[in-house]
Amino acid sequence: MKDWGFSILKGRQIDFENNDFSISEFVTLHEPSFKWCIGCGSCTATCSAARLTDFNPRKIKLLIRRGETKGIAEEAAKCMLCGKCQLVCPRGINTRNVIQNIKRALNLRHAL
Amino acid sequence: MTIDSQHIAIIGGGPAGLEAASILGTAGYKVTVFEKENQTGGKLRLWYKLFPGFRSSVEVQNYLANGFKMNPPKIITNAEVVDLIPDADRHKVILADGQSYAADVVLVATGFQVFDAQKKEEYGYKIYDNVITSVDLEEHLKSENGLKTSSGKMPRRIAFIHCVGSRDKKTGNVHCSRMCCITGVKQAIELKTILPEAEIFNFYMDLRMFGQNYEELYIEAQQKWGITFIRGRVSEIGENIDGSLQLKAEDTLSGRPIRMNFDLVVLLAGMIPASRTSAIGNSVSLTFTSGNFLAGADPHFAQNETHTPGIFIAGTCREPLSVAETLTDARAATVKIIAWLRENEKPIKNN
Repeated sequence: MKDWGFSILKGRQIDFENNDFSISEFVTLHEPSFKWCIGCGSCTATCSAARLTDFNPRKIKLLIRRGETKGIAEEAAKCMLCGKCQLVCPRGINTRNVIQNIKRALNLRHAL
Repeated sequence: MTIDSQHIAIIGGGPAGLEAASILGTAGYKVTVFEKENQTGGKLRLWYKLFPGFRSSVEVQNYLANGFKMNPPKIITNAEVVDLIPDADRHKVILADGQSYAADVVLVATGFQVFDAQKKEEYGYKIYDNVITSVDLEEHLKSENGLKTSSGKMPRRIAFIHCVGSRDKKTGNVHCSRMCCITGVKQAIELKTILPEAEIFNFYMDLRMFGQNYEELYIEAQQKWGITFIRGRVSEIGENIDGSLQLKAEDTLSGRPIRMNFDLVVLLAGMIPASRTSAIGNSVSLTFTSGNFLAGADPHFAQNETHTPGIFIAGTCREPLSVAETLTDARAATVKIIAWLRENEKPIKNN
């Protein structure tokens, strides 16, 4: 086939039909409060890591629930596991354990 | 059998109790209102103007006080009801001073209390001088002396914090207090009218503009008054050395944490059941909602009726309601009470 020098850009849309929900399912199984988030942003507001980096616990939780898992390992690694997110959450979500389980899911996937 | 021999006891002389008393009195029943304070009017006396039309609360207080054209009810103030003794014949209402009254029907209209904002310690109410509640602000507005910071300056930047003690598992109140959203919009506009130079921000999780003209007032707040709404729940408030306040939230729509300084912060404190509601409810085996409000017998067909015959509920002891909704709810309860009394007519007794 002739190479015309063009390629097809991947769309910016969240491709819900083809996205990867395995991490979301794993985290929900081990920390069911993961699914209770209403995105108020209290966790990110109080986050020790978010003061200094572009770490955003609210966004990570949302992206994983949408099956958007690209670059998640680098993001999760920024968490300092201080647990302040859990103290401020109005829904009582154990966000620290959510991050731990995201890492576990990624490690298990890596081991396969 | 005459209806004036049937006695209806109403617990609570707020908007719900007074509206019900006026209608039941006009219908010919003998009505007694038990009010624990030294005057009637309930929480309405704390408010300055009511949303969404900025009607003076005094107008509604006068409407309620003048509602007894025919057969006025007996109103007993300083009368705290401490117990209800259910009886298949006539229920007994027991007051703190030991007096007891027999009633064919009891309407519980004990209302609500404002969430104690000190319980959200991270917002610094009663720790930092420039953190006040929405109820404190009504008091300021009512005094018409203007609003100053603790150091006597004109506040130039003011924040409203939504959902204080509502929708918050940490305070044990998972329910939505419903009225704080529109109160935040109303009070922001009121402050803008007395402090036109001030910048006003509302920090919210969701804005629930469900009532008639609520959404219109929200639009007006943005378009006419230039009030800014930031979607992010405030995680904590700290005090700067000059007494101003630093507030932390996530500006969730831009996806970044935000830090801002304010001269004054207003906490929109939620609604929880009045303190005696659970004791009164338990004494006659009523059921409760998840927020510990009194539950009706059926969420569609019998919101004002309970599973205990002769016991009815109305107003904000049932759920957070606006003043307008409370009055409607009280009217609905009266219809059910009259129907129930007709169905359960008893032979006349002397007592």
